Amino acid sequence: MADVFRALDDETRRLLLDELVARDGRTLFELCTTLVTRHGLSSSRQAISQHLGVLEDAGLVVTERRGRTKIHHFRGEPLAAITQRWPASRKDTP
Amino acid sequence: MRISLTSIFVDDQRAALAFYTDVLGFTKHHDIPLGEASWLTVVSPEDPDGPELLLEPAGHPAVKPYRDALVEDGIPLVQFAVDDVHAEHERLVARGVMFTQPPTDAGPVIMAVLDDTCGNLVQIVSERPA
Repeated sequence: MADVFRALDDETRRLLLDELVARDGRTLFELCTTLVTRHGLSSSRQAISQHLGVLEDAGLVVTERRGRTKIHHFRGEPLAAITQRWPASRKDTP
Repeated sequence: MRISLTSIFVDDQRAALAFYTDVLGFTKHHDIPLGEASWLTVVSPEDPDGPELLLEPAGHPAVKPYRDALVEDGIPLVQFAVDDVHAEHERLVARGVMFTQPPTDAGPVIMAVLDDTCGNLVQIVSERPA
C-alpha cells in the first residue's frame, strides 16, 4: 500500500491517471503530447516514462502490447484497498 | 534551399508502395531499379510537384532497434497533413488500418497516429476548425 501512496504523491502522476481515466489505453507519445498541450507541463518524455514506471510498480497502471506498441491502462484495484482499510462511510454511526 | 525529398525506412518496398498508394492515397513518382532495391518515391496527388517521400529499404542493422524503440513508445516518424483528421480516421479504419492514437485535440491541431504496416508510425494532422 505504501507504493500506492508514494505513486499518488505527485501532480504529474495524478494527471497521468486523470488522462487514463478519461480515455484508457494510450501510448507514451500520446500521454506526453496531452500533458504538454492540455496541462502545460514541460516534462521530458524520459521523465514521463519514469512516472509511468512508478505507477506501474504500484499496480495503478498496466501495459499491454498492441502490435509492437506499448499501451497503458488504468487499474483502480489498489485504490479499493485504501477504502477497504479506511471506509469512506463509517458503518458504526447511525 | 528547399525540402524536395524525405525518406522513411520500410520493411518491404512493394508492400510499402501498396500501402502508401492504395490505402493512404499517394501516387507513385519514381520506381527505378537499383540492384536488389529500387529508388521508390511517392508524392501527394494534391501536390504532385511537391516533396517526394522515399520508401527506403530497412536493411541496415541500425534501423531495426531505432524503429522498434520509437514504435514501442508510439512515436511517429513522419507526418502528413489532411483536411479533416476525423474523416480520414474513419476512412482508414474502414480500410483496416490500425491506429495507435485516435483523433486527439492537441492545441491548434487535431492529430492521430496510425501504423503503416511497414515498421513505422505515421501522424496525420489537420488544423482545428475555428
